[in-house]
Amino acid sequence: MSTIELAGVTRWYGNVVAVNDVTMTIGSGVTGLLGPNGAGKSTILHMISGFLPPSRGTLTVGGTPAWHNPDIYRTLGLVPERDSVYAALTGTDFVRSTAKLHKLPDVGAATARAIAMVEMADAADRRISTYSKGMRQRIKVAAAMVHDPVILLLDEPFNGMDPRQRLQMMDLLDKLGAEGRTILFSSHILEEVERLSGTIQVVVAGRLAASGDFRAIRRLMTSRPHVFAVRSSDDRLLGASLLGRPAVTGVEVTAKGLQVRASDYGAFCREIAVLARKHDIRLLELLPSDESLESVFAYLLAS
Amino acid sequence: MSSMFNGTVASITLRATLGRKRALLFGLPAVILILVTLLLKASHPTASDWPSQILGDFGFSVVIPLTALIIGGSVLGAEIDDGSIVHLLATPVRRATVIMTKFAVAAALTMVFAAGSELVSGLIATGGATKLAMGLFIGALAGSVIYNALFIMISAATTRAIAVGLLYVLVWEGLLGNFVSGARILSIGHYSLGIANAIAHDSSLKAGLSLPTAVTMAAIVTVVALVLAVQRLASFSLRGDAV
Repeated sequence: MSTIELAGVTRWYGNVVAVNDVTMTIGSGVTGLLGPNGAGKSTILHMISGFLPPSRGTLTVGGTPAWHNPDIYRTLGLVPERDSVYAALTGTDFVRSTAKLHKLPDVGAATARAIAMVEMADAADRRISTYSKGMRQRIKVAAAMVHDPVILLLDEPFNGMDPRQRLQMMDLLDKLGAEGRTILFSSHILEEVERLSGTIQVVVAGRLAASGDFRAIRRLMTSRPHVFAVRSSDDRLLGASLLGRPAVTGVEVTAKGLQVRASDYGAFCREIAVLARKHDIRLLELLPSDESLESVFAYLLAS
Repeated sequence: MSSMFNGTVASITLRATLGRKRALLFGLPAVILILVTLLLKASHPTASDWPSQILGDFGFSVVIPLTALIIGGSVLGAEIDDGSIVHLLATPVRRATVIMTKFAVAAALTMVFAAGSELVSGLIATGGATKLAMGLFIGALAGSVIYNALFIMISAATTRAIAVGLLYVLVWEGLLGNFVSGARILSIGHYSLGIANAIAHDSSLKAGLSLPTAVTMAAIVTVVALVLAVQRLASFSLRGDAV
């Protein structure tokens, strides 16, 4: 009932291949679908949620094909990426309407339960147009959960959320996953999901590039080398001082300043400030130069 | 038939449609029609031809289709554009029910704004509940239904529904339907005029189609448009990622 299976799924738009021969099985618990923007994550989620047919391959949700099969929504909830909800409705009206569309036997109880689950009871009678981004996300989750589905799909649920809202959402997803549901969410920022447990599927350029445990990925994330571009009032003195620090693995003097390789992001950032103060060096620029998502995912894949 | 109409879908549609700024435009063509009627009534109190020309030609080929276009585009097209339709479609409600319910809401709103203004203008122009006024009202009711079926189909078929619909209204209904006699068989304005004239029996209405032809063609166009709309919505898909 709660298993999502993709077998050789390919999806193309014209001559652009968005998803290329992806095979994966997603069971109960929390699974993150991670990858840079344009990697094919949303396309995969849209196919799983029945809003896009695969060009090739088979895709089933609970054993039945998702495309042209509105019955899957009896056991599946979807939280779309776009922030568009019926803004003229109140949160309660929105969730209650969804409960009615599912023809639930006790609409009132289901609505109250779903709103309580996302901790939105206090704001539920306000119009959605007055909600913050995080509140909109939560009311969307409440609507998607009102019929108590065993599968919940969330497309970029952390987009635009502040850190506190993000933590609340992660706690909620963890809780839902621990209840035995299949929770699949997409994200393009690995740091966003640092608190979540479960597994991840990494998608790069339409292909399933890696799958694994969140913790293993996090270990790789923290131990990967970081490259910083540094400009200061005395680059050579700063470079020489940095070389003596354990967090620094290499320093190169370039025409634009220093290029520093660090093995520990946090330790380097703390130490460079202390060293600059100690030697009376003025820091003019400190930029992480390899923080593009592509480089992060490329590093993970190479590992 | 009851499964073709869903009260919750209707309620959401109505509230979302009336909650948009675009709702302010719903009554604009109607207000223009009533104002023009009042002006003409004041300047030509006894002339006999202008009511059928203004309420028939202008009303049926401009006022009703424009109102239906704005409303029909709002009930479905606007929700597809902003993505809110996904919340409705990610439920077990049949897509045919979604289309038929939205069609019913759009037709009812168009009847209120466009057919209502035809009735008010007809009463003003002809000085009471004359055959012409009643014929125009019934024709406008029919036009509200047929135009909305077409515009809902266009909304389901293309993301440029307003532009396509406007082109249809101005070029097909406004020009070809009135000046090319052969085009009348495919003109919703002329179906409505044919129905109106069956009650009004007024030669100045320029009804080019008989009642049986008008009713038959109206039924065919409405059914075909709605079937196509259901098919399009059944295959509604989301584009993902930056491809």
